[in-house]
Amino acid sequence: MQLTETLDIQAIRADFPILNQEINGRKLVYFDNAATTQKPTSVIETITHYYNFDNANIHRGIHTLAERATRDFEASREAIRDFLGASSIEEIIFTSGTTQGINLVASTFGRKFIKEGDEIIISGMEHHSNIVPWQMLCEENGIKLKVIPVTDLGELDMEAYQNLLSEKVKLVSVNHVSNSLGTINPVKEIIDLAHSFGAKVLIDGAQATSHLNIDVQALDADFYVFSAHKLYGPTGIGVLYGRKDILNAMPPYMGGGEMIKDVTFEKTTYNELPYKFEAGTPNIADVVALKTALEYIAFHGKENIAAHEDMLLKYATEQLSEIEGLRIIGQAKEKISVVSFVIDGIHHQDIGVLLDNQGVAVRTGHHCTQPLMQRFNILGTSRASFAVYNTVEEIDRLVAGLHKVKKMLL
Amino acid sequence: MTINESQDEIIEEFELFDDWADKYEYIIDLGKKLKGLSEEQKTEDNIIKGCQSRVWLNARKEDESLIFEADSEAIIVKGLVNMLIRVLSGHTPHDIAKADLYFMDKIGMSQHLAQTRSNGLASMVKQMKNYAIAYSLKN
Ligand SMILES: Cc1ncc(COP(=O)(O)O)c(C=O)c1O
Repeated sequence: MQLTETLDIQAIRADFPILNQEINGRKLVYFDNAATTQKPTSVIETITHYYNFDNANIHRGIHTLAERATRDFEASREAIRDFLGASSIEEIIFTSGTTQGINLVASTFGRKFIKEGDEIIISGMEHHSNIVPWQMLCEENGIKLKVIPVTDLGELDMEAYQNLLSEKVKLVSVNHVSNSLGTINPVKEIIDLAHSFGAKVLIDGAQATSHLNIDVQALDADFYVFSAHKLYGPTGIGVLYGRKDILNAMPPYMGGGEMIKDVTFEKTTYNELPYKFEAGTPNIADVVALKTALEYIAFHGKENIAAHEDMLLKYATEQLSEIEGLRIIGQAKEKISVVSFVIDGIHHQDIGVLLDNQGVAVRTGHHCTQPLMQRFNILGTSRASFAVYNTVEEIDRLVAGLHKVKKMLL
Repeated sequence: MTINESQDEIIEEFELFDDWADKYEYIIDLGKKLKGLSEEQKTEDNIIKGCQSRVWLNARKEDESLIFEADSEAIIVKGLVNMLIRVLSGHTPHDIAKADLYFMDKIGMSQHLAQTRSNGLASMVKQMKNYAIAYSLKN
């Protein structure tokens, strides 16, 4: 392989202490990045530093520690605003992750603005967390759920989407990138079409934010959600971006401290954005560390990271395609570095177990996208997903591992 | 042969293997040899759903003993199922209910019984015990 790398991958690997270990006697190959990425030392150190030096509850105290904690917490909000290209920090709501972000919108925007007889559109390649909250809402309020079909290549059928759109549709909720297939969906087009019918659009960016540049204003997204743990940040924290006018019109999600202005037993007035949606003490340390994760990405440059990952995707696709009986599920033109595959006559779980014994971590199963698996008439896939610290040599380990799996099983 | 004698026999067999691949090749072989169930026998009633793979378990009483038959779509799980059947099937409900399955740990396969594996195996063992308890209460 000809490599013209701008990144020093070996130096980057040294930033991720977890990679430097053996699993079952072999050097760990971590290819489960779409489930969660590993964390660089700087992120881990931010968390320990926070608890060692700055910990205090935010927004309420007037002492020095409370000021420091509040400053760092709010600095992270500003960093995320910049990262997403949002116009104001009022539009950045901290959540526990993508799942909570979607549930928040379903429970507040959904309950208030989507009524009996209305329709919601999702797609056939959604994660369960972008299916079930809408199903729950639909069941509760007599709303119809419509699904954009997926083509054989693993792309959205845009013609079918246009046919689903009508004045009845109040919300379209689709992922930016599919976690099972790696497909990058044409979200700008999806949003523009939805808007022409007056529907709002939520984009599930869980798989997109670590690979693509995001600009919520250029996209004209109404909501954009993601999880920190998929972009080198900590677990348990995520972000809901919402357009300010929509967020203002929405009722609060949870009641409690922080989200109120004044409380009497007769009447409570709610706090302003973004605090209206942030009841209770938030996950402060992890919010602060999310900023460090964004800085890590910015330091190396998203374009450089994407170029490295694209190279890995291309190499893996070529190498895996040469394995007899192996079929790649998801061959969209636009993909992030995810390769999902099945091998004739072999159950994905057996692949997972035997690769693990060779120190290679992949994900096997339905990837929380059971309807998509049904669409392709399979029970599940094995999925290798790459991050900035992965290498061509590791892909060679996967390929050799799969040859061994085949030899053992067939 | 008692339940523990079968377990000890399996442990002894596994002592012959010195690397993981030999062990797994043996288990895969056991998986291929397990008769399994016919499609008609794989019903919604006897399915044990794991997140990763499905296991089907049938139990019936023959004289004083409980006979198990099972199947799985994943071959390694099927091999482990084969061993569990070899150890437990054909014993009295009483003996099955109180059996301590230490062989999985001794042969280095206990991770497959962990719930995180979601392979239905842990639930299958529980289900085997439940059948045994139900049958011993009946008598
Ligand atoms: C596309 C997509 N949406 C939603 C989620 C849910 O994210 P979380 O579990 O962090 O809430 C995931 C994570 O697997 C995902 O890949």
